[in-house]
Amino acid sequence: MSTELQKPDATAAAGHTMPSRESADRKQLTQGRWAYTLLAPSLILLAVVIIYPVLNAIIMSFQKDSGLDPATGFFSEGGPAGFENYTHWLLQQCTAPGGGSVACPPGTLGAQFWDSMGTTFFFTVVTVAFETVLGFWMAIIMARAFRGRSLIRAAVLVPWAIPTAVTAKLWFFIFAFEGIANKLFGTQILWTGSEWPAKWAIIIADVWKTTPFMALLILAGLQLIPDEVYEAAKVDGASTWQRFRLITLPLVKPALMVAILFRVLDALRMYDLPAIMTQGANGTTTLSILVVQQIRQGFNTAAALSTITFLVIFLVAFIFVRFLGANAVDAATSSGKAK
Amino acid sequence: MKSKKFLLPAAVAGVLALSLTACGGGGGGGGTSSGGASGDAANNLDGRGPITYVQGKDNSNVVRPLIEKWNAAHPNEKVTFKEQSDQADQQHDDLVQNFQAKNANYDVMSVDLIWVAEFAAKGWLQPLKDKTAISTDGMLESTVKSATYNNTLYAAPQSSDGGILYYRGDLVPNPPKTWDEMMKMCDIAKQNNIGCYAGQFQKYEGLTVNAAEAINSAGGKIVDDSGKAAVNSSEAKAGLTNLVNAYKDGNIPTEAITFQEEQGRQAFEAGKLLFHRNWPYVYNLAKTDGSSTVKDTFKMAPLPGKDGPGASSLGGHNIAMSVYSKNKATVADFIKYITSEETQRFYATQGSLAPVLTKLYDDQELVTKLPYLPVLKTSIENAVPRPVTPFYPAVTKAVQDNAYAALKGEKTVDAAISDMQAAIESAGAK
Repeated sequence: MSTELQKPDATAAAGHTMPSRESADRKQLTQGRWAYTLLAPSLILLAVVIIYPVLNAIIMSFQKDSGLDPATGFFSEGGPAGFENYTHWLLQQCTAPGGGSVACPPGTLGAQFWDSMGTTFFFTVVTVAFETVLGFWMAIIMARAFRGRSLIRAAVLVPWAIPTAVTAKLWFFIFAFEGIANKLFGTQILWTGSEWPAKWAIIIADVWKTTPFMALLILAGLQLIPDEVYEAAKVDGASTWQRFRLITLPLVKPALMVAILFRVLDALRMYDLPAIMTQGANGTTTLSILVVQQIRQGFNTAAALSTITFLVIFLVAFIFVRFLGANAVDAATSSGKAK
Repeated sequence: MKSKKFLLPAAVAGVLALSLTACGGGGGGGGTSSGGASGDAANNLDGRGPITYVQGKDNSNVVRPLIEKWNAAHPNEKVTFKEQSDQADQQHDDLVQNFQAKNANYDVMSVDLIWVAEFAAKGWLQPLKDKTAISTDGMLESTVKSATYNNTLYAAPQSSDGGILYYRGDLVPNPPKTWDEMMKMCDIAKQNNIGCYAGQFQKYEGLTVNAAEAINSAGGKIVDDSGKAAVNSSEAKAGLTNLVNAYKDGNIPTEAITFQEEQGRQAFEAGKLLFHRNWPYVYNLAKTDGSSTVKDTFKMAPLPGKDGPGASSLGGHNIAMSVYSKNKATVADFIKYITSEETQRFYATQGSLAPVLTKLYDDQELVTKLPYLPVLKTSIENAVPRPVTPFYPAVTKAVQDNAYAALKGEKTVDAAISDMQAAIESAGAK
């Protein structure tokens, strides 16, 4: 083994001199094998903790949930379901009492699928838009050199450091009818008891919590921009707005896109805030809440829903990476190069 | 080149999406055991030996003294206490997981009464008959009903709970006996510039409790004795209409739609409500809280109904035996010990848990300590268990969603009740 290893080392040490065709092939071969051996533990780990549960969920999603046998009063195995669990959600079809299927009546989880899909995307678009703008602004402030800058940076992180469940409970009390929000503004809004206030309450809580994350990622991007570029622009007579639009924005874009990507994926699976603040009432049921509620009513139908959720998030992530140039891997390597 | 350019983003997107949904995608373990009457339920009926008792967090330190006492008397059949979290949902899921794994170490467990039918229908609970029979003589009928599925007793009542009408004795000389009487007294609330009545109307389990009380008190039903949807009746509509009209008229204050137990209690203690429906736990707090302005003025009465006392929704826990237990004879003895008069008395004095034995409600010593017992007795005697159905999560969702929409005026009572009926039917049709 060691003799085999020395050869590639030797060719590498030879630097830019073109290695012979034979040794290049050999190098590729042995290095490839060795690389796989080294990668195996992490690949196996990924397979166990990520791929297996997802595959299992997909297999389960093609099984029927156990149904009640009216003769015995006991549950019996459901058997294969085909695409029934998927049509249940996508077409909102429920099993009719006499067999066959009907549109899911209000008050069933199936009837909420498209509503919660809309709610999830609404929350995602609105919160990420607010967080990007506010986060950018905070990042620009934090990027300046002033006294107490490190203090500000630490303070900004506080909302992000609080567990989401605790944040949700805090805002739950703030938005209670007798809570601070109503006292402060002298209003009598039923924050968690009517549709739009409930949505805004959750958006406010989410923006409060995750803007610091956005700000820090953007700050990291801002600090990669060398000062010389700005100096040169100033010498050329560029205005502040021009410097921001033509230098800051394009140069910070890779970091910005990664930050937005992370936040979008995070927001698409939002669970804790609405679950604690409104229990999903008043049009705040997100897909994740629906999955959790369904788990208590039947695993297999829940597996179909979580698979749908997974595909939706996959699609969004794919669009971001492929077409909008948000690439976590590229961003990491290019920032390495920029040094 | 082209394919690589396509594959890399796909792979990155995939890994990101995977890692982000993995926690939601787990879904839990697969299949369900069927059968039950034979098989596991017929095994180990005479088994004796150490057992484990599973219950949610023991907040008032009731369980440990009881188990110590048992262990001293039964050195060869010792009980170990497995304490769960204090969240009902987590307790439920923990039990489900252990039943699915056929864990023989979960011998006997405290089960919220709304889970009994589900666990029984899955074949996880030992029917309490023949060798493992438990006598229910002297127990409150409604509590026994809550432990019965398909005419078979699957658990023994362990502790009970019922709704109580708290009211302002300084403003209302005689408590209302019926809903209509109470609505008439709302003028008193208006004169004093406070809210008239509130229960728990936020969209959560508490709304099911309150809507079921309104429907049952008016003579309606949510499911019939065989567990089939039976809510589409004029009585049920009349019951829900009572709540909806009271909310529309302002007799139930607007903010009550955000109330769970605690918000309602705080409003009552702050003197902002004339009538308040809540559980017995409020009594001690309203008497002793520093912020309570109604310490000396509040009184208690049974819930108002159509012609007399209303039908409270029943709360509480039942104690059940796992079919997978190896020592069922010991478990049966332990269940008898838990439901004995002595233990029930200890539950009441130490943990303020309402007993399931009728006669303890008239016990002078207990009544002095827990003055709400006589009122609670009326409440529990008239109580209706929440729908006994293996599809409880779906049924409670059907009730909550539609009752909430009706309360807010988003749909008529007629539409809400017929949607409720359809949603419950569809839950059972799977």
